[in-house]
Amino acid sequence: MGLPDILFYVFAALTLLCGVLVVANPFSRSPVTSAMFLVLTIISLAGLFVLLHAFFLAAVQIIVYAGAVIVLFLFVIMLLDLKEEQRRKIKMFGFVGGLVSVGAIVAISLKALKAAHPGTDLPAPQLEGGTAALGKLLFTQYVLPFEIVSVLLLVAMVGVILLSKKDLK
Amino acid sequence: MEDGRWQHACAISVLYPPSSIRAVENMNVGLEQYLVVSFLLFALGLLGVVMRRNLLVIYMSLELMLNAANLALVSFSRFNNKLDGQVLVFFIITVAAAEVAVGLALIVALYRKRQSAHVEDLTTMKL
Repeated sequence: MGLPDILFYVFAALTLLCGVLVVANPFSRSPVTSAMFLVLTIISLAGLFVLLHAFFLAAVQIIVYAGAVIVLFLFVIMLLDLKEEQRRKIKMFGFVGGLVSVGAIVAISLKALKAAHPGTDLPAPQLEGGTAALGKLLFTQYVLPFEIVSVLLLVAMVGVILLSKKDLK
Repeated sequence: MEDGRWQHACAISVLYPPSSIRAVENMNVGLEQYLVVSFLLFALGLLGVVMRRNLLVIYMSLELMLNAANLALVSFSRFNNKLDGQVLVFFIITVAAAEVAVGLALIVALYRKRQSAHVEDLTTMKL
């Protein structure tokens, strides 16, 4: 077991632990805590991306998610001035139903993974997801989706401006 | 929350199953391990969407699910020696940013109308 493998287990455990704390924090139910643990989840995911040699995506992950998306979340939390979520009575049916359905999905996907047996006869990966390689692909083969995504961003911007106007007509 | 601890215990027991500790030669991290992490992260996000009642936390759980899909795509890309998966992840991140902007604007608009960001208070469409 080399250093990358140990780092994989460290980052994977960190990702899942922080993910649990986003969803179900036993100490605090405030959305701010969830947002903070979401930052930690995303940073450890970026670590996993680095282990997968996707360096550009790791940087984008931190810049876009931890930098922009989480700040937007925190800004909205501040804007809404939410009180600490009061403990309402948890409906037993919803609780058990959710747990059972999610457990079933996990069981099915793990079973499918076990049946598929990937990774045993794959060649040694030598891929480097650097900026140059990704950029070349992005501006040759995927140039049309790239332009469409830019239009999508424009549409989202216009939509947000329209939605946040004081009196919607 | 009990379910959080339960989920975490499951995560640990899947990450370090007793059989894999015995089979030391099979400890090399491959596609399978990355996919297991991705599945578990997706399940966590789904659990959050189903269980939590705060709109903002539900939205964060959605982000968690998107990130799990990203992890699966990047690991597929790595172990198949093709960069296309990473390009797809790039587009997913862009679309997710746009989605977050629009969704949060919707939540703010809803809050202005109803003074609540709690899904149990939004029962207009209930029969």
